[in-house]
Amino acid sequence: MSAHAHSEDDHSADGHDFAHPMSVQTLLAVFFALTFLTVITVAQASFDFGAFEVATVMFIATVKAVLVMAFFMHMLADKPFNAIIFIGSFVFVGLFVMFTLGDSMMTSHSFEPRVEELAPAVAEPTITTVDGAP
Amino acid sequence: MSTIEASPEVGHDEHGHDHDHPPFLAHHFDTPEQQFDSGKLGIWLFLVTEVLFFSGMFCAYAIFRALRPEVFEGCSQFLNTKLGAINTGVLLFSSLTMAWAVRCSQLEQHKGLVGTLAATLSCAMIFLGVKAIEYSHKFGMGLLPAGLFFYDPSNPHPTEHPPYLAYICAPFALALAGVLIWLVVSAVSGNKFQFAIAKPLSVVCLCFFVGVGLGTVLESGEESADHIDVHADPNGLATAPVMEQAEKTMAAEAAPAIAASGAMVAVDETVLKILAKDPANVGVVSSQNALEQQTAAAGTSTVTGDGEILGAITTTEVDVMTPTTAGVFFSIYYCMTGIHAIHILAGIGVLVWLLVRAVRQDFNRQYFGPVDYVGLYWHLVDLIWIYLFPLLYLIR
Repeated sequence: MSAHAHSEDDHSADGHDFAHPMSVQTLLAVFFALTFLTVITVAQASFDFGAFEVATVMFIATVKAVLVMAFFMHMLADKPFNAIIFIGSFVFVGLFVMFTLGDSMMTSHSFEPRVEELAPAVAEPTITTVDGAP
Repeated sequence: MSTIEASPEVGHDEHGHDHDHPPFLAHHFDTPEQQFDSGKLGIWLFLVTEVLFFSGMFCAYAIFRALRPEVFEGCSQFLNTKLGAINTGVLLFSSLTMAWAVRCSQLEQHKGLVGTLAATLSCAMIFLGVKAIEYSHKFGMGLLPAGLFFYDPSNPHPTEHPPYLAYICAPFALALAGVLIWLVVSAVSGNKFQFAIAKPLSVVCLCFFVGVGLGTVLESGEESADHIDVHADPNGLATAPVMEQAEKTMAAEAAPAIAASGAMVAVDETVLKILAKDPANVGVVSSQNALEQQTAAAGTSTVTGDGEILGAITTTEVDVMTPTTAGVFFSIYYCMTGIHAIHILAGIGVLVWLLVRAVRQDFNRQYFGPVDYVGLYWHLVDLIWIYLFPLLYLIR
């Protein structure tokens, strides 16, 4: 690192430019790809994929997330260490969600508010009908 | 540059200051690149904490959706997909302008930087404006978090409620008024620097109301579409208005049964059975189950008193849009979108700071870190919305 690398007048001449400006074409291409994927996500909601629906939606969202991370967040041009840290966080998110979900499957009913604690059910006209309460 | 007094090499540092340390390079860094990389590592670590923070809410979402898929399916119908899709587009566009702003700062295109930052801010404001319409609409309908939830299918649009939209818009209106006054004052006093900041900021503040207008147009369009749906498709494909209608009919049919005996209950049951044939009427199916269980309980025991029947019903699980179950969905909805909106507000704050510095032409190809870091934060906020939108709005 030369001490003069950053003097105001010879930026372009020195060899220590660490800025990697992304080309406008790349930015626009990524933007249109993201918009296109959004349209697909909205469109697929009108079809019934049954059990695959959540998987489809999450897959498209993840493709979008990868596009944003790779290009808008400059992860491709960035130091690999930063990418490892960031993507590593998703490993822990996965562990967290999987273990908590697995645990809740075994104890799920304790998450539910008990029926006698329910507020008067305004959206449930039959209850008032049968038990004769006002 | 103010800490050199403590350094043993004061003389050397002061001597080399003009060459070694340009004003943007903090004293404890050797080179601009080192400064940039350190900051970047810091912002990535911050983003990791943000991801973990949001993962708690996504986890709550996953648990309750696994527990009550039908509640999520039913309640999601109340979220306006059109508004959500528009907001997704707006946020994606703001991500584009933010990435472009980073490019401008790296290429020292100062005017372009101010323009792209102002565009990003405007998109953020449009996003919040649309959100204001969504929130105020739901507040008015009583679609609130568990505990406050008071939505009534027979009266979905109660006329008497506080002017929520006005409450949400008030701070933004104040900000707009303040910025406009600042614009006029700076123009009159001839302060070019302040005028150059106030000009884009007034556009940004106006954009909130553009968002509100956009939201109003789309929300009203959706309403009329809903009513057409009811007439065109009486069997209903799990659309909320149909459920409302069915429950209204039920309430009307069931009213005389209050005073009557078991015979009327039987009539009521046949009505329920007809309604329950439509698999979309989750509520009716469950109330039918409740009725059957209650009848069974009353039949097997010799007790015919009201107290016993009441007991039978309260112990039956009710899988419907009760304030608690639906309220849980809206708790999660408000929590996730609300905290996301707070992140947008924080983003607006730092973007305004960037805008001021961009007008001051602080950034150059050796010092564009702040723009890049704010950009990374902004893209993360966009990233979270990319997941929130399909998970909340697009459940079928």
